[in-house]
Amino acid sequence: MNKPSRAQELFIRHLKFRRITVCAARILILAGFLFLWEFCADTGVIDSFIFSSPSKIAVCFREMVQDRSIFRHISITLYETLASFLLVTLFSVLAAILLWCSRRLSDILEPYLVVLNSLPKSALAPLLIVWLGATPKTIIVAGMSVAIFGSIMNLYTSFTTVDQEKIKLIYTLHGRRRHVLTKVVLPGSVPAVISNMKVNIGLCLVGVVIGEFLAARSGLGYLIIYSSQVLT
Amino acid sequence: MQPILELKNINYAYHTPEGETPALRNISFSLAPGEFTAVVGPSGCGKSTLLSLIAGLMVPESGEIFLNGKPLTENASDIGYMLQHDHLFEWRTVYRNVLLGAEINHMLNAATRKKADALLEQYGLKPFAHARPSQLSGGMRQRAALIRTLLLDPELLLLDEPFSALDYQTRLTVSDDIGQIIRQSGKTALLVTHDLSEAVSLADRVIVLSRRPASVLCIVPVAFEVENDTPLNRRNAPEFKTYFNQIWKELNHDE
Repeated sequence: MNKPSRAQELFIRHLKFRRITVCAARILILAGFLFLWEFCADTGVIDSFIFSSPSKIAVCFREMVQDRSIFRHISITLYETLASFLLVTLFSVLAAILLWCSRRLSDILEPYLVVLNSLPKSALAPLLIVWLGATPKTIIVAGMSVAIFGSIMNLYTSFTTVDQEKIKLIYTLHGRRRHVLTKVVLPGSVPAVISNMKVNIGLCLVGVVIGEFLAARSGLGYLIIYSSQVLT
Repeated sequence: MQPILELKNINYAYHTPEGETPALRNISFSLAPGEFTAVVGPSGCGKSTLLSLIAGLMVPESGEIFLNGKPLTENASDIGYMLQHDHLFEWRTVYRNVLLGAEINHMLNAATRKKADALLEQYGLKPFAHARPSQLSGGMRQRAALIRTLLLDPELLLLDEPFSALDYQTRLTVSDDIGQIIRQSGKTALLVTHDLSEAVSLADRVIVLSRRPASVLCIVPVAFEVENDTPLNRRNAPEFKTYFNQIWKELNHDE
C-alpha cells in the first residue's frame, strides 16, 4: 500500500472533521432543547403543570419502570404496530402485483382506491370497534386501515413506471410476462418498497394509537387518554 | 442457398385513438447465413419497428416473415436481439446479468455457466464478473450485453443501434470490437443504424430505407479489398468514401 499523499491526508481529515461536527451538532440540539424546556419550567416562563418538564418526565418514567407498567404498555403498542405494519406490507405488495397483472382491473379499481385512501380513517375507528369488538385485533385493523390504500397506490405506481425498455429486454430474451414480474418489476421496485415501508411504520403507529384511544385497557394510546382524563 | 431470414411484403402501422400512423410499407428482403447486413434510414422511419417484427415482439399487419424457411412463430428462440442500451440490471452482478437469458429459458446448467465463463474470459470481462454494472465502462457494458445475447446461441443477431449510447471514441473501438466478435462467431447479423459510416464499416450489404412509411429504396452490396477486413481498417480504405457517398445520395434522393 502506498503512503497516501499530503492532499489525500488532508481530504480524509476534512471528512472526519465534518462527520464529527455533524454528530456533535445533533447532540447539542437535543441537549439545548431539553435544557431550555427545563429552564423555562423552573423559572415559570411556562406552566410546568401543563407543559411538564424533562426532570418530571424522568421521575415519572423511573416510577413506571420500577412498577414495570411502562414495559407492558410499550410492548403491547409495539406488537400491534409491528403486526399491522407487516400485514400492510404483505397485503399491499400482493395487491399491487394483482393490479399490475391486470391493467383492466387496476383501471376499474382506481377511483375506489383513491376514495378509500382519502376516507378519514380515525373517524371510522369507532365503527371498527362496533364491528369487531374491543380487542387487539381491532386495533391492528385500525393501524392497517390508515396505511394500506396509500401503500397499494404507491407500489402500483412504482411497478408501472419500470423502464419499458427493460421489459422489452426480457421479451427479447424470450421471457414471458411472469419473467417481467420476477426479473425486472419486483427487484427493480425494492427501493420503492423500502421507502414505502418507512412511511408505513409511522402511519401504522398513528392508527394503532388512535385505536387504543378508543378501545383499549393498555398500550401507549390508552396511557395518553388516561393521563389527559386525569388532568381535566 | 436457403436464406436464414426472408421478409415478404411486410406492412405495419401504429394505432392510437387520434389515428393511424403507417410505419412500414411493402418491405421485402432476405438474409443469407453468415451475412452481416445493415439497415439505414432517416431517424424515425421505422427501423426499430422492423427489428421488433423480426424478433416476434410484434405481428405485422400483412406480409410474411420466414425463419429458415418456416413461418416465424412468436418469440423464436433462434433470434438474439441487442437493444440500444445495455440495460444491465444494477441489482445483479455482471456475471448474473450475463446469465439472465439462460435463467429465463431454464438453461442454467453447468455447460451454460462454463460457456459464460469462457465468453467473459474471451472478452476481457473475467476480472469484473462479480462487479456491479455501474463499475464498468460503456464499452465493457455493451460487451457484457453482447455476451448475454450470445449465451443463448442465436443463429440470427438483431442489433438496434447498439453503439448509439456510447461516446464517439468508445463507439469506434466498440463497433470494431463487436463487429469482429460477430464475424468470428459466424452469426448472421442485422444491424439497424442511422450512422452511415458505421453501416459501411460493418456490413456486407446495406439496405436503404425511405422516410416514413419506410420502404426499401435500394440494397447496396459492400465489398472491401483490404487485407485485414476489420471495421477500423475499412474506415481508412479508399472505397469507404465511395460507398458512403453512394448511400448518402440514395438517402437524399428521397427528399
